[in-house]
Amino acid sequence: MAAEKMALAKAINESLRTALDADPKVLIMGEDVGKLGGVFRVTDGLQKDFGEDRVIDTPLAESGIVGTAIGLALRGYRPVVEIQFDGFVFPAYDQIVTQLAKMHARALGKIKLPVVIRIPYGGGIGAVEHHSESPEALFAHVAGLKVVSPSNASDAYWMMQQAIQSDDPVIFFEPKRRYWDKGEVTTDAIPGPLHKAVVAREGSDLTLAAYGPMVKVCLEAAAAAQEEGKSIEVLDLRSMSPIDFDSVQASVEKTRRLVVVHEAPVFLGTGAEIAARITERCFYHLEAPVLRVGGYHAPYPPARLEEEYLPGLDRVLDAVDRSLAY
Amino acid sequence: MTVESTAARKPRRSAGTTAAKSGADTTGTKSAASKRTSAAGKKSPGVPGAPGASGPGPELVQLLTPEGERVKDATYDPYVADITPEELRGLYRDMVLTRRFDAEATSLQRQGELGLWASLLGQEAAQIGSGRATREDDYVFPTYREHGVAWCRGVDPTNLLGMFRGVNNGGWDPNSNNFHLYTIVIGSQTLHATGYAMGIAKDGADSAVIAYFGDGASSQGDVAESFTFSAVYNAPVVFFCQNNQWAISEPTEKQTRVPLYQRAQGYGFPGVRVDGNDVLACLAVTKWALERARRGEGPTLVEAYTYRMGAHTTSDDPTKYRADEEREAWEAKDPILRLRTYLEASNHADEGFFAELEAESEALGKRVREVVRAMPDPDHFAIFENVYADGHALVDEERAQFAAYQASFADEGEGK
Ligand SMILES: Cc1ncc(C[n+]2csc(CCOP(=O)(O)OP(=O)(O)O)c2C)c(N)n1
Repeated sequence: MAAEKMALAKAINESLRTALDADPKVLIMGEDVGKLGGVFRVTDGLQKDFGEDRVIDTPLAESGIVGTAIGLALRGYRPVVEIQFDGFVFPAYDQIVTQLAKMHARALGKIKLPVVIRIPYGGGIGAVEHHSESPEALFAHVAGLKVVSPSNASDAYWMMQQAIQSDDPVIFFEPKRRYWDKGEVTTDAIPGPLHKAVVAREGSDLTLAAYGPMVKVCLEAAAAAQEEGKSIEVLDLRSMSPIDFDSVQASVEKTRRLVVVHEAPVFLGTGAEIAARITERCFYHLEAPVLRVGGYHAPYPPARLEEEYLPGLDRVLDAVDRSLAY
Repeated sequence: MTVESTAARKPRRSAGTTAAKSGADTTGTKSAASKRTSAAGKKSPGVPGAPGASGPGPELVQLLTPEGERVKDATYDPYVADITPEELRGLYRDMVLTRRFDAEATSLQRQGELGLWASLLGQEAAQIGSGRATREDDYVFPTYREHGVAWCRGVDPTNLLGMFRGVNNGGWDPNSNNFHLYTIVIGSQTLHATGYAMGIAKDGADSAVIAYFGDGASSQGDVAESFTFSAVYNAPVVFFCQNNQWAISEPTEKQTRVPLYQRAQGYGFPGVRVDGNDVLACLAVTKWALERARRGEGPTLVEAYTYRMGAHTTSDDPTKYRADEEREAWEAKDPILRLRTYLEASNHADEGFFAELEAESEALGKRVREVVRAMPDPDHFAIFENVYADGHALVDEERAQFAAYQASFADEGEGK
């Protein structure tokens, strides 16, 4: 298969299909993932082709979904679990944090937990409460879990393949407002490792680091800044645990300025971690403090207010200006 | 039970790495410590919906009375019909050795060798009966008190002590005896058991799974969800609830208004209450349930009606919440005594057997003592081991920082 243009959601669908095809131990589990194909249709058609034994509609019980996926993994299966929306992962948080993350270490490495937990996350689709959140930092903080998020269709395809092949539990955050964005997916040229950041746009004056839904916003900001004669580098982090600090460092050593952008609240978030580490690593390179752009320490607002809450072009450019003013 | 206090260890360079205050009450029993008289005495029979309805009730499966008399049960007798005198002696031996091991662990905690211990005293029949009903290819998901079941699975009992001594967080390979790690978060493992059983069904294998939990755990959402999942997917799992009457300081009445075994009905599978102090009945009922599972007939809930004769853990003080008479009443139903009476009355065991077993018990106690005392503290770098199967950059970075920090002490000639 060569290059093909497809939406991000479709790329995940194709990726799941490839995995189901390649390995009879791969299972899809979740609420409405079967006949309906998931509320975002990410698993569309999979049950029809692989049967109810491989693509499993589960009872409405998130702890049950993750807890039984753990048991299936112990039996040699590779479950890919769908949590319907970000805000509904919390009934399963206990299983994820107290069980899934720690079992490999507790068993002295003798058992593996190749479980992928897919979570459509983030805002921007005008949804009601609990359908727009970005809880990635809550998972990245937990040792034993890996946390990733693709920003485009090609990464969505390949990162899902890599997540399923990983012997570690992977929390796979899908930027739901990018589900319908189309991009080239090259299904035969394998990209870099799952936890490697990539330079999405080269630049020399400042680095914008983002992941998932915010990469597109940052690319737009960089394009707008170009018109003002500013050269902005955009780094797509792709992984929040581990974070590829080496790539961030390399970029910052080049541009000497860093702004981290995410939808999640800024306080104690991914950006805070990156700011701290990069300050430590690049203290003598930095021309300005590392700045962060993200959500507020407030519940995700009602849809009519989400444009105020979410980092948009202007807030990103404002941070760019502040950084350059130092 | 929280395993916060670690075994007494020698103080090190840095105060932060030494043992936590051992014996600290981490179980929260103090706040719940209103003096109450025995609820057991006031329990009414198992009438659904009636207060105190978790009493034994009329439907308690029993094959050996507390007086050690063999009684008939048409449904479950067939499952122990072919049991030989030697196997009966084997069950007795299992219970005696498990009790001896448990007593040794309790003493070791008192001597500061273990940070905490959860005793199974009184629950030997429930554990040995059910444990001996399992087949080698079955898989067991325990909570934190299943020392007798571990024994039946061939797990070296000293392996169980590592996490209570504080040298690891589990410490055995679950696949070498099909005995999963102990689970501290109550109820979680019932879902793992169910998922594992779903996998067995998918594989077309005829193994079964048994999940242990307590009457307190029965209130957890995970247990309810495991009932739902196992019923919906017809998973070959036996839920083995040891109703030992107490969840730390809370009596079973604080968990349920109906006898626990009756919960199964609402999920669409059978529930049975068995005399948990009757090893034969536990063996028979569990065999029946496991065979149902193997035949593809789905889950069963077994409620073993028993009693925790000791404290919840070594951090607990049961005198604050239960009356001595209650324990005394249950001592009369001691699972080991009743089998001994039966063995003697039926001439299945002679003095020589009991004497030999006594010697074997002492030897086991000695071995456990020696192994525990010789158990080394873990290597410092164990902190970073097996966090991930495929590695993680942050772990690698921090391991290197840690190594440099450790090495800086060696430079100063301090060594470890
Ligand atoms: C989720 C959770 N809540 C609380 C605790 C603290 N805790 C440990 S054991 C226990 C009581 C459990 O009682 P039960 O399920 O009846 O089992 P038993 O110990 O009596 O065998 C409690 C409250 C825990 N370990 N996990």
